[in-house]
Amino acid sequence: MANLTHRFLEKHKKLERNVSLLFVFSLLAVLVGGIVEIAPLFYLENTIEKVKGMRPYSPLELAGRNIYVREGCYVCHSQMIRPFRDEVERYGNYSLAAESMYDRPFQWGSKRTGPDLARVGGRYSNEWHVQHLTDPQSVVPESIMPKYGFLTEQALDVRDPAAHLIANRRVSVPYTDDMIENASADMKVQAEIDGDWDDLLARYPKAVVGDFDGDPKRLTEMDALVAYLQMVGTLVDFSTYEPDLSSR
Amino acid sequence: MLTATPIILTGAGAFIGLLASAFAKDAFFAQHMAILAIILTIATVILLKRFQFSSPAQIQRREEAARSVYMDDVIRWGVIATAFWGVVGFLVGVIAAAQLAWPELNIQPYLNFGRLRPLHTSAVVFAFCGSALITTAFYVVQRTCRARLWGGNLAWFVFWGYQLFIVMAATGYLLGITQSKEYAEPEWYVDLWLTIVWVAFLMVYVGTIVKRNEPHIYVANWFFLSFIVTIAMLHIVNGLSMPVSLLGSKSYSAFGGVQDALTQWWYGHNAVGFFLTAGFLGMMYYFVPKQADRPIYSYRLSIIHFWGLIFLYIWAGPHHLHFTALPDWAQTLGMVFSIMLWMPSWGGMINGLLTLQGAWDKVRTDPILRMMVISLAFYGMSTFEGPVMSIKTVNSLSHYTDWTIGHVHSGALGWNGMITFAALYFLTPRLWNRERLYSLRMVNWHFWLATLGIVIYAAVMWVSGITQGLMWREYDAQGYLVYSFAESVAALHPYYVMRVFAGLLYLSGALIMAFNLFMTIRGKQRIEAPLRNSPAPINDKPVVAQPAQ
Amino acid sequence: MELSYQTMRTFADSWGLLYMFIIFCFVVFWTFRPSSKPMNDDAAQIPFKEDN
Repeated sequence: MANLTHRFLEKHKKLERNVSLLFVFSLLAVLVGGIVEIAPLFYLENTIEKVKGMRPYSPLELAGRNIYVREGCYVCHSQMIRPFRDEVERYGNYSLAAESMYDRPFQWGSKRTGPDLARVGGRYSNEWHVQHLTDPQSVVPESIMPKYGFLTEQALDVRDPAAHLIANRRVSVPYTDDMIENASADMKVQAEIDGDWDDLLARYPKAVVGDFDGDPKRLTEMDALVAYLQMVGTLVDFSTYEPDLSSR
Repeated sequence: MLTATPIILTGAGAFIGLLASAFAKDAFFAQHMAILAIILTIATVILLKRFQFSSPAQIQRREEAARSVYMDDVIRWGVIATAFWGVVGFLVGVIAAAQLAWPELNIQPYLNFGRLRPLHTSAVVFAFCGSALITTAFYVVQRTCRARLWGGNLAWFVFWGYQLFIVMAATGYLLGITQSKEYAEPEWYVDLWLTIVWVAFLMVYVGTIVKRNEPHIYVANWFFLSFIVTIAMLHIVNGLSMPVSLLGSKSYSAFGGVQDALTQWWYGHNAVGFFLTAGFLGMMYYFVPKQADRPIYSYRLSIIHFWGLIFLYIWAGPHHLHFTALPDWAQTLGMVFSIMLWMPSWGGMINGLLTLQGAWDKVRTDPILRMMVISLAFYGMSTFEGPVMSIKTVNSLSHYTDWTIGHVHSGALGWNGMITFAALYFLTPRLWNRERLYSLRMVNWHFWLATLGIVIYAAVMWVSGITQGLMWREYDAQGYLVYSFAESVAALHPYYVMRVFAGLLYLSGALIMAFNLFMTIRGKQRIEAPLRNSPAPINDKPVVAQPAQ
Repeated sequence: MELSYQTMRTFADSWGLLYMFIIFCFVVFWTFRPSSKPMNDDAAQIPFKEDN
């Protein structure tokens, strides 16, 4: 027995002096938590309930969202309404997991220096958004938001809208071949005045159409950003939505 | 020893950058690659000028001579880089804080708050703290293993490669190249580059431990090793994304919505846990005993501390997503582990503080040791505040408010900043073989400016955060919300002004440090009266002489 | 048996918890066992060795 203990101790001495064992054990210790927490999200069915109305972003909305991402809007604006009375009254129905299912990256945010934007869509007019983005203090005097007037100057520079849709499809956003084929045309037509929107709206129901930035001749970054802002949080119809109670 | 390989690789890199810029699929990528090409061209020229045309035999002889001592050149550069990025990071922080107080200071598009804040966080976390970690990890692993860094020039690659990562990330943010995932903003190609650098870092580190001349692996190395390994894992998983084009800057995250959120906060929280905690604990377990001149209070407690900390930390991420669309079970799990995490954190703090048992008088006379003590105190404070904020009821008030900002700053400025300053003050005289620092009184000034800055910052952000949280949920007797959002913004203006002041205090402390270190490196000594109660001569000399050079 | 949220939770609350507690006790016991004292004291001195 004494011999056995001795041999065991010798072995342990090795462990305490062996860098590869230290490596393996610490890797194991840090792997457990991540696997237990993250992996179930991918196969537990009730993580994301299926909700009617959700669809991938239209090419123009996606371009607008990319501007939202580029400018780091998430630094000050959340897109996640928590189920509290004051938040629901202030911002609208609490956010569902499904509502951000096509968000890559997610933009839930972690700080509200400005208000939550999860349901900003349809809340203000296009003119309001353009004015507010150009000079926030002219609309909301207390605002400490930076100015984004340069978006009106810059033409929307998406050289290959289809490539963006394809990249999204590769990470399993369900863009159809039809959507990819018409990506360029869809992007243009969405911001036209009196454009032929029927096909676009068939592909992307509830897309907000028309000129956004007040300059119908040009397709600017402002057009794209406002097109995105005007649809955020509007896809799910909460007058008919019934929560699946098992998912929370 | 400079060989031809790095010159060829850097030159080739510059050329590839030029090609990528020319054939870029979007304007951002073209600009970013042009920046890369310029940086690498300058680097190539500098390398060429330093190249010595020696015969292989001469090189080999010099290498053998070099092999017997520690590799400290790269650490000297690391000390300089750390101090530099510290000043840059704090400066950008002060500017960003001022933009919140006076929005006219935003300059669109490049210097808008949305682009500057990631620059600030990355400059402090990755540039300042990251350089500090690489520098001290290289220093500590050599001393505690009594072995020269493994891999020769690989350590140089790690250092300069990491600096290149910092510059590419920072310029990217200003141009608008970002994934907008908090603390993981760099785009796919910058992420890939960091992965390469990080793997090299791991190789150098493990290689040095393997060839050590010491039977044990000192516990500081455990923390450093777990930091390197875990950050590699987190960075790779969270960075998974699909580029639109291999010649374009834009990519789409491999995960969407709720999965992306949890992956991101699993990453984000453990960037705090392993980058800003485990790595810095490695620093603590070496520099505190050295400066106090006594071994760690309980080596065995440090082992429990290590396993407890790394096991528990990894679970705590979901507390960033309380009451969101993340499933409840994950939120609860995150909360429970966050609260448990309090224990190992305080175990480590107590272990560090009790190391001074019987040497507390030194805290009065040695401002460097005092910095270490206050950093441990702030570590203790923020690792208590963190679990409190992870409790769902508290979180319902604190989340989305400035309270969180105050919390991260008491951790980053108090714990990470202070222990890094102390380590820099410790390292500089030793690395440049100086008898002492230029001025110990300036260290004292730095200590008080920084401490005052943090205390004001944290206090102001508490008040501001709680005000914000309470205003958002305030109802009147008729059952209506009392305040509009804009009113809550207006109410915070005075606090934002005070925050700028606190930041300025902290920044001025760092500037004093930069000057002090600069003069020390130049070999100057300020003639000054010794600090109060300090037994002369000034006691920040190396405890014992330097190892043979 | 179906691998649902409920079964996982029950397992975590009982056997999972017990398992982790035993591991914790073992680690603490192992680290603080009397015979490891000399070795740990030795290791704690490492930072001071380079100076000699």
